[in-house]
Amino acid sequence: MQLKIRLFGITKDIIGQTWTSVDIPEQAKVQDLLQNLKNTYPGLTKLHSVLVAVNDEYAKPDVTLNPNDEIALIPPVSGG
Amino acid sequence: MIALTDQPINKEEVIAAVQSDGAGAVNVFIGTVRNNTQKKPVVRLEFEAYESMAVKKMQELADMASERWPVLKVAIVHRTGVLPIGEAAVVIAVSTPHRKASFEACEFIIDTLKEIVPIWKKEIFEDGEVWVAAHP
Repeated sequence: MQLKIRLFGITKDIIGQTWTSVDIPEQAKVQDLLQNLKNTYPGLTKLHSVLVAVNDEYAKPDVTLNPNDEIALIPPVSGG
Repeated sequence: MIALTDQPINKEEVIAAVQSDGAGAVNVFIGTVRNNTQKKPVVRLEFEAYESMAVKKMQELADMASERWPVLKVAIVHRTGVLPIGEAAVVIAVSTPHRKASFEACEFIIDTLKEIVPIWKKEIFEDGEVWVAAHP
């Protein structure tokens, strides 16, 4: 299945665009997506942390992803 | 009032949003753009937000504070875009019947905002730029 991933902050700079697309097996979990992206973009492994948000909520590594989910990479936040 | 804005934050409006006849205290926190980080001069900041999630998380902060303290009203407004030195990046106002709870609730909101709300700050220096807190 094809997943579209929104990118923010430094992940946008590392991947070089505001969206990326990942081709991943059906039933893939958050941890599979992160591994896939870290393999493709080793710069992500140098970050303090990278979390995944699914439908506006932080998602644990074992959450299963669906093609119509809104998915985003969340590098360390620094608001305020 | 829970909002993101790319315009200068109207502080009076944020304070007015928490006015309540039952309030004995209104506590306001204003986070501003400092002209240096670890003694290195900063030219300006740029804030980027994952807007839908950031607003949702800011609302959760207001709800959490209201569960823990006798909060009457909460307002949280965060700025996005390019901010010059001295500008307000975030304004938080909390009204409570007595002052102690207003300080505690306000501090809780800004501390937790910095941990969980998906907003990112880039520091721009004379000779480069860096996303804050990205690297260990």
